[in-house]
Amino acid sequence: MKIVVCVKQIPDPASPYKLDPESYFVIRPNDQVLDDTDRYGVEVALQLADEIGEAASVTLLSMSPGGSQQGIRQALAMGADGAILVEDETLRGADALTTSQVLAAAATRAGADLVITGTESTDGYTGVVPQQVAELMGVPALTFARKVEHVDGKIRIERQTQAGYDVVEGALPAILSVTSGVVEPRYPTFKGIMQAKSKPVETLTAADLGVTPEVRQKIVSVEAVPGREAGDIVEDDGEGYLRIIEKLEEVKVV
Amino acid sequence: MKTWVFSTESDGAAAPSALEALSKAREFGGELGAILVGAGSDTALAQLGAHGAATVLHGPQTASSAVIAAGIAQAVAAEQPDLLIFGMGTLDRDVAGRLSARLGKPVLANAVDITVGDGTLRVANEILGGSTLVVTESAGGSPAIVITRPKVFAAEPADGGAPAVTALEAPDVGHADALEVLSQHAETSEGPDLEAAAIVVSGGRGMGDADRFAVLNELAGLLGGAVGATRAVVDAGWVPYSLQVGQTGKTVKPDLYIACGISGAMQHLVGMKDSTTIVAINKDSEAPIFGISDLGIIGDVHTVVPALVEALKNRG
Repeated sequence: MKIVVCVKQIPDPASPYKLDPESYFVIRPNDQVLDDTDRYGVEVALQLADEIGEAASVTLLSMSPGGSQQGIRQALAMGADGAILVEDETLRGADALTTSQVLAAAATRAGADLVITGTESTDGYTGVVPQQVAELMGVPALTFARKVEHVDGKIRIERQTQAGYDVVEGALPAILSVTSGVVEPRYPTFKGIMQAKSKPVETLTAADLGVTPEVRQKIVSVEAVPGREAGDIVEDDGEGYLRIIEKLEEVKVV
Repeated sequence: MKTWVFSTESDGAAAPSALEALSKAREFGGELGAILVGAGSDTALAQLGAHGAATVLHGPQTASSAVIAAGIAQAVAAEQPDLLIFGMGTLDRDVAGRLSARLGKPVLANAVDITVGDGTLRVANEILGGSTLVVTESAGGSPAIVITRPKVFAAEPADGGAPAVTALEAPDVGHADALEVLSQHAETSEGPDLEAAAIVVSGGRGMGDADRFAVLNELAGLLGGAVGATRAVVDAGWVPYSLQVGQTGKTVKPDLYIACGISGAMQHLVGMKDSTTIVAINKDSEAPIFGISDLGIIGDVHTVVPALVEALKNRG
């Protein structure tokens, strides 16, 4: 089984990203990191591949200015076999649908039986890429999975819903989107980090995949929202709870 | 202007997000309709009608997102709506994403406002934890597909009557429909509904573990409030996913929000920052939650919360 995991390199969330004042595109530094929510998809893929054995492989797929490839190497260090990086100036500022067209074309080209994604990226959070990729590939979408099993050649998940969860089973090829919490992602070992340096990263352009980016939406303004101001922030001196009681009285809760 | 609003159905009622979107869409004028996926109860249809939907396309609960999207695409080709509005629910997002790919139209997501003027549709959304407002213009032609955040528009019934109902087609989509729902499970919690509660007591990773998190149930009980949690807490399995407040969970706007052991990741803040009064307890004075709190106690939740519970009990 050929498993393709979509991973995103994003600006380090430790320092909030900035938008280019002219184009309004996210400014992407050379050293981007692996989106933390993608570690869960990588882990699910590695566990499925372990269970299936030698007939399985795990390939990462990412669309991003490559830069130092730090984020991709982080995911390779967890144990993926190789990566496909789609890097193209014409894809700068691409919307979710263009991104999905690129990912679907690259996954199809790679012969994917199962494409695994997160639920939404930390920087863009449109949250519809898995479904768009599924539609473009003409495959079922097992989305919002909080538990994943491989049963008789099919994928069975617990799908998170508003009310609780559904147990859903789908035939391959398929798309699987996972929530964080589906599994505990492994930390790369020293050996894994060393091996990641020499794992193959294939670089493709939009043209290689037959995708011509279209502009379907345009940002017309970006402005700061007058923020909510902090009120009284006090050190607990053993009677902090009394301050809370006072506040509860003030807002007439007690 | 022709606008359609997507609704799921739960316990015989239309989705709150759909009633909110219909109320907003009445401002745009023109024709207003709804797409209802569910049992099609009289109550749900009456709610959609009352909020302004003159027509309802009705599809069964059992259809997969691929079939629903294909059915909507057929209706779009025939009826040519200008705008389709979805909520943040899982089926909403599945159908909106598939429909976007099928129609070749973008999804304008996380909308907190929609404006229509001079034939241009504009959507506002918040980024960076709500500190920055971005306005995006649709340049992809009709229909525009918009996903709105919960509770940004008020649901207000108009004097609409019963809508005209037609069946949503269920086209054959081949392998894309190769999935099956084997069982459905509800995970309920005691006390008031989290999304409707006037008071929410929420806990984060700082509560330590599932046993120590339980004191929040007691606090919520004393205040007549609902219990919420961060993503880290539901992922750790201390409480069900249905209690998650944040980007991927519920959006709440209670009169009072008490955040216990919550640092304030953006993911969480977008789900609760519009609460009227926010009280936070956290041992880290640098925690971002304090930046939006009316009252912040820098201290140990394991001493402050039990002391608060005792004091409230003694008041009777």
